[in-house]
Order: sequence, then structure tokens, then C-alpha cells
Amino acid sequence: MPKMVLSGNSAQAYAAKLARVQVASAYPITPQTSIVEKLADFVATGELKAEFVKVESEHSALQVVVSAAGMGARTYTASSSQGLLLMHELLHWAAGLRAPIVMGVVNRAVAPPWNIGADHTDTMSQRDTGWIQFYAESNQEVLDTVLIAFRLAEHPEIRLPVMVTEDAFYLSHTYEPVDVPDQSVVDKFLPPREPHAVLVPGVPSRLGSFTGPDRYVDFRYELSHAMDRVLKVLREVEDDYRRATGRHHGGPIATYRTEDADAILLTMGTATTTARGVVDDLRTAGHKVGLAKLRVFRPFPEDAVRRLAQSVDRIGVVDRSYCYGPRGAAASEVCASLYGGSSHPLVTSFLAGVGGRDVTPGEIRRMYEALLNGAGAETRWQDIAEEEVGADG
Amino acid sequence: MAKLTIPAQELMYSGHAACPGCGASLSMRLLLKGLGPRTVLSLPACCWTVIGTPYPTTALGVAALDNPIEATGASISGIRAALDAMGQKDVNVVGFAGDGGTADIGLQALSGMLERRTNAIYVMYDNEAYMNTGVQRSGATPEGAWTTTTPTGHGAMGKPEPKKDVMGIVLAHHPVYAATLNPSFPEDFDKKVEKAREIVGSRFFHILAPCPPGWRFSSEQTIAMGRLATDTGVFPLYEVDHGVYRITRKTGELKPVAEYFKAQGRFNHLKAPDIEEIQLRVRADWQKLLALERGG
Repeated sequence: MPKMVLSGNSAQAYAAKLARVQVASAYPITPQTSIVEKLADFVATGELKAEFVKVESEHSALQVVVSAAGMGARTYTASSSQGLLLMHELLHWAAGLRAPIVMGVVNRAVAPPWNIGADHTDTMSQRDTGWIQFYAESNQEVLDTVLIAFRLAEHPEIRLPVMVTEDAFYLSHTYEPVDVPDQSVVDKFLPPREPHAVLVPGVPSRLGSFTGPDRYVDFRYELSHAMDRVLKVLREVEDDYRRATGRHHGGPIATYRTEDADAILLTMGTATTTARGVVDDLRTAGHKVGLAKLRVFRPFPEDAVRRLAQSVDRIGVVDRSYCYGPRGAAASEVCASLYGGSSHPLVTSFLAGVGGRDVTPGEIRRMYEALLNGAGAETRWQDIAEEEVGADG
Repeated sequence: MAKLTIPAQELMYSGHAACPGCGASLSMRLLLKGLGPRTVLSLPACCWTVIGTPYPTTALGVAALDNPIEATGASISGIRAALDAMGQKDVNVVGFAGDGGTADIGLQALSGMLERRTNAIYVMYDNEAYMNTGVQRSGATPEGAWTTTTPTGHGAMGKPEPKKDVMGIVLAHHPVYAATLNPSFPEDFDKKVEKAREIVGSRFFHILAPCPPGWRFSSEQTIAMGRLATDTGVFPLYEVDHGVYRITRKTGELKPVAEYFKAQGRFNHLKAPDIEEIQLRVRADWQKLLALERGG
């Protein structure tokens, strides 16, 4: 198994190549572009035998892969921020057609003001489109999760599209050593797609036609059941992946030193790495703190959150986005999961790292301190200089 | 007895949901006759979304994929890419979109598909307004036409702007083959379909699809209305094959456009001077087309 030094974007492209994607399509947007460029290289050199359709918009990019998936092809696309927002209509089409597309998303802030920094608002805005969502912490996790995503997306009990996200620049343009599995290992883990409910030339059929109220709800009901099965199937697929590669990233919520913890932070993406170091420091200093990494946001792992809640009185949820609600997007989900459960820790919603601002160890430490000092069920913007904000109104 | 040139095969079945006298359903029927069963259609939101009948039935004898209204050009690129990737070479890929879905909201995806040289046929069936939503004006609605969003009365004279030149836009992309088709001339229609079928590359059909409820004429008049459109020069029949123009129907003197305009309720409010103005423009356009055919 060769170790390569890859950026998160290269990890996306290598994973798509290893998955033997048949049709790819994309439109360039910073910071996703190097995924597209790498894929174009793979296709040009013949390392990847695929049709790469260069399109005039993200809307068309997703339509190309939706239609190709509708014909039975294995498909991949990648986008970010505004591009993902432009895809919104097609995101619903992909899920509604049960198209097992995998999309790499580089999480980037949404305009205005223009900003290309890491921020999860782009994918959080797409949570209700029927896509499974993974958030990755490292480039290794990016590569592994893309391969896992294809198996999951094409699984006969699922057949749903999957987004594998990575933080802009912290992963997309940062190079790390990555174990790249051999093609033979991937081929065994991920056999060719077995098409189901696809169009076959010469066979009269229609995919995506209209229905009245008598039938429409049935499609949505089936979709909801597929979504409900995701976490069970993911467990099987990730066990398989561990058997194939020796790696496992901890299921939908990966915990770190949460046993006997007085306070736990729940993070997504690269903030996790920073927080892990802070946990070690605080533990050394005698503070009982732990960390939970949320890897799967859709479907939301409600049971795992409830299990986490049984052993702790305070949970802080770190959202790297602002979604126009009383608390952060993940914090809202955590609160909703706890309601009706048997354990009810206080949940503090921290908004941090918005628009590419660094989530520093100091900032993480302040969040833990707030939890340990009795922060309430409130929403806190981290690292804001009130006097500067006031000056701009 | 005349020799039957149009294929006998039927790939559009009865039981469809079109209005009586629908030019769009005639167009689909003729198109599929010429293309045959190994055809994959992409259908955006348009009259044909409904005409094709709801799940789990279909009035079409071919495979068809629905797509949102603005994305037909991208959809046929995706279908072709999948077929190429899977090694299936003998399939016609066809986008079948309305005039709104082509001339307005779908223009970007159409341009992208043409620029990429996607090996597919893009069909704009043009009933000259958003008919499926109930006769709202589109960019392809002709000047002076009444629609529900270009009302008449109180001095309003229907749509103030001329019809968008979609063929001109398409030809600026230099597709291998583009043609105008009219289901009122089925032999010409079929010839163009069968010719285009054998060409590899981006192909475009502009089909005039008379619409009795939208144009306000009686449903048994569809064929006559289509014939008038061409024989007055309002909708000339021609093809551009690798850049070479050929007019495929010439009848000597064009009929006066007034015959066409007076036959449709949507033009009822036009006065003689309005029609005369249109007449001058149609004649000028016809002369331009003749010049293009001469290579000018």
C-alpha cells in the first residue's frame, strides 16, 4: 500500500480514480479546482478510463452525472460554496431519482461578502435534499470516505447520493501523508455498480415522471426508509473497509476520551484535530474533558448522540457555519436528538471558524472553560471583537 | 398510389394526455418513427411531461428520463457520456424540450451542449409560449401574439417584442446539422429525422408545433395552420448541413401572411397595418434565407 503525500483535493481525485468512476463532470470553483484538474489529468493520461464532461455551470455538472447515473454509470462530481448552492435543484433530483452519485464538496463560505475560507454553511444549506453527508478531518479520511461513500451510495438498501466534504484550504490545499490502497484492494471492496431502476435503451420506460398525490408520497416514504437504513449499512461497509485496508474512522460519531468526562465538545471537520490536542492538555491539567467528532450529519446519528449524552452533563457543539436559527445547525440537531431521550445534558452552541477564521487551540480551550464554568443552553459566537462589529453596524 | 416513405412503426401510443390537435404530440410521433426504438429521450418540464402520462404508465415506446426545465442540454450530454462509457454506440440520444425550456431558461445548457459537440439531437418543439402552464409568453412567442401575460385591449397589442431567433443562436455554435421541421409536412419531417439520425455530432431541430388552445384555433385546423405557417414564409422549412443552407420547401410565391394571422384568435386584435408590417419583415427574412442558400 503506497504512502503518498496528497492534498485533500488530490485525495478526492485519487479516490474517484480508484473507484473506477465512469462519468465525471464538474465546473471550476475555488477551492475545488485542483480536484477537477487532477481528474482531467487522470483521464487525459488514460489512468482513468472515464468520460469527463466539462460543462458551463455547476447546475449542468450535476445534471450530467444525474443523467449518466440514470443510465447506470458510476459517477462523481465536485463543487463548493456558490457552486453547490446553484446545484440545489439538482440535489433534490439526484436523491429523488435514487442516483448513487458521490460528490466531493470543499466547504467554503457563502457570499456576500465574498469569502473563500472554510465554512460549512454551503453544505448545511443542503441538509434537506436527500443526500448523505460526511465531514472529514484528514486527507486520509477524505480518500477512505469517498471509497466508502460509493459502496454506501450503491448499496441495494440505500441507493442515495453522498457528499464527502473537506474544509477549504485546511484540507483541500494542505498536504499530508495518505495511504493509497492498491487498485486490487479497492476493486475487491468496491465491485462495479449493479444498476437498479435505470434506463435501458430499447426498453420502454420512464425515470422521473410525474405522479399525483396517490403515488408521490410513496416515493418519499421509501426514500425516508433508505435514509433510516444508512447508519446500519454504514457499519457493515466500514467493517468491510477495515478488513480491506486496516482503517476505520469511528462510525458516525467518533469519540475521544469521553469516558468520565464532565464536558464534551462535538466538532466537525478539521477543528477536531485542534480540539484533540486541547483535550490532551486539559486532561494533563486534571480537567475531565472529552471530544466527539461528528462524521455523518445526514442522516443525523440520533442514537449515538443519546448514548454520548448518558455519561456527560455538558455538551458544547461547535458549528463552523451560521444558519439563521437560534443555535448552530449541528447544535439544533443535537438538541432535537436529546429531546425524548433519557438523559438531558445542557447543550451550548458555539459558532466558530466562520468564513475561514482559524479555530485556534486557545479558542477551543475557552469553549471547554465555558462549559466547565457552567455555560448555559445558549449560543455563543467565538472570537468576536464586539467593538469592531459595532463600528460596522 | 404514392410510395409510403414514413416508417410504419409506432413508438407513441394512444392513451397519451395531449389536447386534441396537439402539434407537439404529432411531432413526437413522427420523430420516433424516424429514430426507432433504440432512442433515449430526455424530457424537461414541458407539455410532454404531462402528455407522456403519469407513473407507472408511459405513452412512449422508448426509454425516457425527466429533467428540470433548464437542464436538457446537460442531460443529453450525461446520457451520451454514460452510453460511451458503457460502450453502447447504437443509441440515439434526444432532448425534447419546449420553446420556453430552450429559448429562455434552457439556453445556457443548450449552448454548453452545442459547444461541447455532444453527439445528440436537441429538439425544440415550439408552440410559441409556455403552454403547459397556461399560455404565458416565452422568448419564442411571436410579436403581436396574445398570451395570458401579454394581454390585449386598452391599447395593449400582445407581445411587443419579436420572436427570439433560436436557429440563429444555434447556428452560431456551428452544429453539424440543424433544421426546421413542421409536422404538417410529414415527408420532409421524416427525411430530416432520418438524415440527422445517421450524422454523428450535435444536431438541432426547430419544430413548429401548432397549439389549438394557445393559438386560439379549432383543433381540426392544426395541419392547415402548420401548412400556412410555412407557405406564408412565417416558418420556412430549411436545413443547414455542415454549414450549407438548403430550403426544403419552395412554392413559388409566398401566401400573404394575413391568411395565417387571421386564422388564429391570438392575433385577432392585429389591424391591417400591423399585419402589413409583419408581411414586410417576413418577405425580407425569406429573401435573406434565399441568399444564404445561394451561399451569400
